[in-house]
Amino acid sequence: MTDTAEHSGPMMAADGTPLKTSLNRALRRQKLRALMLIAPLLIFVLVTFIAPIADMLFRSIENQIVSDTLPRTTAELADWDGDSGELPGPAIFESLYKDIFIAQERKLHTRLGSRLNYELTGVSSLFRKSGRRVDDMGEVYQDQFEDLNSFWKKGENWNALLGSDSWMTAQSSWNEDSGSAQPAFEIRAELSALLPETAATYAIFADFVQNEDEDNLLSEDPWAIVYSALYEDLSAGADVSGYSGPGATELQEAAALAADFEVVDFTAAFEDIDEDWHNIEVWQTIQTYSPEFTSGYFLNAVDMKKGLDGAEMRPENEQLYIKLFIRTFIMSMAITCSCILLGYPVAWILANLPARTANLLMILVLLPFWTSLLVRTSAWKVMLQQQGVINDTLVWLGVVADDSRLALINNQTGTIIAMTHILLPFMILPLYSVMKTIPPTYLRAAKSLGATNWTAFWRVYFPQSVPGIGAGSILVFILAIGYYITPELVGGTTGTFISNRIAYHISSSLNWGLAAALGAILLAVVLGLYWAYDRIVGIDNVKLGG
Amino acid sequence: MAALTPISRTPVSFYVPVVAAGGAIAGMFVGTAQGSTLLGILGGALIMATAAFLLTQVIKAEKPGRWGLLVLCAVAGFAVGGLPAGIIGAAFGWFFGWFSFWLYEGRYRAYLAPYLTPGQVLWHFSFRVICGAILVFLITPIIVVMPLSFNAQDFFTFTPEMLRFDPAGYSLKHYEDFFTNSDWQGALANSVKIAPAATLLSVSFGTLAAIGLSQPHVPFRRAIMAILISPMIVPLIISAAGMYFFYSRIGLQGTYVGVVLAHAALGIPFVIITVTATLVGFDNSLTRAAANMGANPVTTFFRVQMPLILPGVISGGLFAFITSFDEVVVVLFVGSAGQKTLPWQMFTGLREQISPTILAVATILVIISIALLTVVEMLRRRSERLRGMSPG
Repeated sequence: MTDTAEHSGPMMAADGTPLKTSLNRALRRQKLRALMLIAPLLIFVLVTFIAPIADMLFRSIENQIVSDTLPRTTAELADWDGDSGELPGPAIFESLYKDIFIAQERKLHTRLGSRLNYELTGVSSLFRKSGRRVDDMGEVYQDQFEDLNSFWKKGENWNALLGSDSWMTAQSSWNEDSGSAQPAFEIRAELSALLPETAATYAIFADFVQNEDEDNLLSEDPWAIVYSALYEDLSAGADVSGYSGPGATELQEAAALAADFEVVDFTAAFEDIDEDWHNIEVWQTIQTYSPEFTSGYFLNAVDMKKGLDGAEMRPENEQLYIKLFIRTFIMSMAITCSCILLGYPVAWILANLPARTANLLMILVLLPFWTSLLVRTSAWKVMLQQQGVINDTLVWLGVVADDSRLALINNQTGTIIAMTHILLPFMILPLYSVMKTIPPTYLRAAKSLGATNWTAFWRVYFPQSVPGIGAGSILVFILAIGYYITPELVGGTTGTFISNRIAYHISSSLNWGLAAALGAILLAVVLGLYWAYDRIVGIDNVKLGG
Repeated sequence: MAALTPISRTPVSFYVPVVAAGGAIAGMFVGTAQGSTLLGILGGALIMATAAFLLTQVIKAEKPGRWGLLVLCAVAGFAVGGLPAGIIGAAFGWFFGWFSFWLYEGRYRAYLAPYLTPGQVLWHFSFRVICGAILVFLITPIIVVMPLSFNAQDFFTFTPEMLRFDPAGYSLKHYEDFFTNSDWQGALANSVKIAPAATLLSVSFGTLAAIGLSQPHVPFRRAIMAILISPMIVPLIISAAGMYFFYSRIGLQGTYVGVVLAHAALGIPFVIITVTATLVGFDNSLTRAAANMGANPVTTFFRVQMPLILPGVISGGLFAFITSFDEVVVVLFVGSAGQKTLPWQMFTGLREQISPTILAVATILVIISIALLTVVEMLRRRSERLRGMSPG
């Protein structure tokens, strides 16, 4: 045999490559093709669904608003010892003045107020009040500068002083109606070194006017805070004698006289606005929520709060969410149990009747399943009312007296009745598909061996139907625990779920962080159950409509 | 179903007391409604026992006997309480006529195994009554809503006129309101705009992905499946919250595009589940055969694969459609007043100014669901027939 040598090597494919490589390549291509088919949908779901969920989870810990709105204050507060019981120093109050001044110009201080109000009641009004009156504080310096020389009254003088020459030229020749962008403000380099605080504050002002208000900077007079900054620079001993640009004389004059200016005591001024600024708790709250990320929302969601020594429970009368979680849990359990009780017999009879009759009865199960959720909820709302069909029938039958009609709606009873009805098909269908596979001969065999009806059912039939109960229960429980519409419409105040609270925080109280944290906890519970469902039933085996 | 047990007539001492017990229950309701429960129970028991005895032992002829009882009861009912009571009376008459002969002739045993004890027979029928009651519970809300939507008054219960079957008690005014009110029509138009767009998106992406998922070698199949099914599992309020936050960041909140994308995401699991279920029975050698004969992948898909999985695709599409059409939580958050859909309008209607127009809308929606259910059921059977899984 001459070709023995050829066969001893690795097996070859038709094109001469080793068969193993060739098969591997084919397999890889197959995998790639499958992935290519899945990719569009996967990307679609990731963008439209998973990303929003991730965003929500992010929001539950995100807390940039405090450090974004009060950047200077939070930076300085980092070194402050909140436990000492002493108020922060004057420097912090001065930073607070600047932060609140800028925030109120940007109309951000009320948002921060409502954010901190979640943690400490009363902060919201404190910020609102301070925002209104913080202007007065800076005017002390503004008036003194303006009294000194009317040069300081005019915005154009400030621009000439602080703006670079090239920017000034560009800005003067800019035509507001031309539609082109306003030349961005540029600080005069020399003054930026001499008067750092003034330059920085003026730059913020210029940026605000040009980009947020979209006004012509040349025609705007500076904020009072710019005057305070100038005073701060001058009193800190800025040496302006070497400066010779526009406004040099006025600047040098001001520098000489600034030492005699009336000084604003920011600590006292803030106390004047509201005594709460001298309340150590307010400062502790601001300090606690300075970091960019916080566990505060999650603590809030389980009725805790950040105290001085870590997390602590809220006072008894502010506890709300744990009770609500427990109620949601118990009611979902009750709904699941009633679904098992009502669903089991129906599934049994559907699985054991002749196919023709069973198909007919199946329609009665599938019709509610296909009917709009709102139709069923409105039907229950109509039927359960005090003057509704059920109460009318009971009164007509004489079961209840006309003046003691049953309260079936806007309480837990209403929610449980309506949701049992709505979720019952989700119990019957998986139960049915499991029971369909249990041979009826097993029951007969058990009976012929001497088992009583009950023993035969309990020892032979029931254990085989347990997977169906498991699948149906998890499905019903998952759906029940996150229900929103039905509890909202028939639950009143006592029959609502955690989801109603989430919706309330999104649309009414606007505490989005707390809503996100509550949602994250709910999501964790549901995903745990989903995982269990996947292990027990397998997501591939979810059946729809029988 | 063939009879299992030879039947024989039962003794008077058995069926007359049973019918009397039934009569007592019926009499209790009639008696309570008329003022005296006790009298009702006694009267019902006595009348029905006599009737059963007379029918079976004196008249003997089944058909005329039962008709006679029906007419008698109907007339008695009519005399007491007008037309509605007459109809209830007729129903009672029909039932007791049938019940008497059913017991007397021993027909109830015919389809039961011969070895059952009387207790087991009793349990068998009690069990059926219980199941019947549960099925009634399932269907009642839908049944009640339909006639109420024709109420001439703005009430949510049956008015005396309606119970008397007085034509004046009925009207189409709530339907008229639905078809003329601009709020409802705007909502309907939005629903009709959003649902098909969302369905189209989820069906086209979903079918492709389902085909991909059904290939024999898919890496990370389980994880991908879990992600794709998750919109069905994650509570709607959480999806809604997340989408609201995220879509407002990227400027889609309050736009049609945003609502359509959100609804498409919610419909995808249904498409995936139904189409993968159809593909389970798909014979992959068919596509190989097509390729072998020179068809390119696109032709293979549209000419060979698509016609076979079409029923699954359509029913998946219907599921996606109904998901979007019924969805209210997500649109409540992702949409703005401009995208108000029908369920949203119903939700506001139920929460604020509850108006019976809702019942008219509900009836129309029920009819649409029945139509969709029929289509899905027909498709499911056709698909099983195509795959040779059941003789159909």
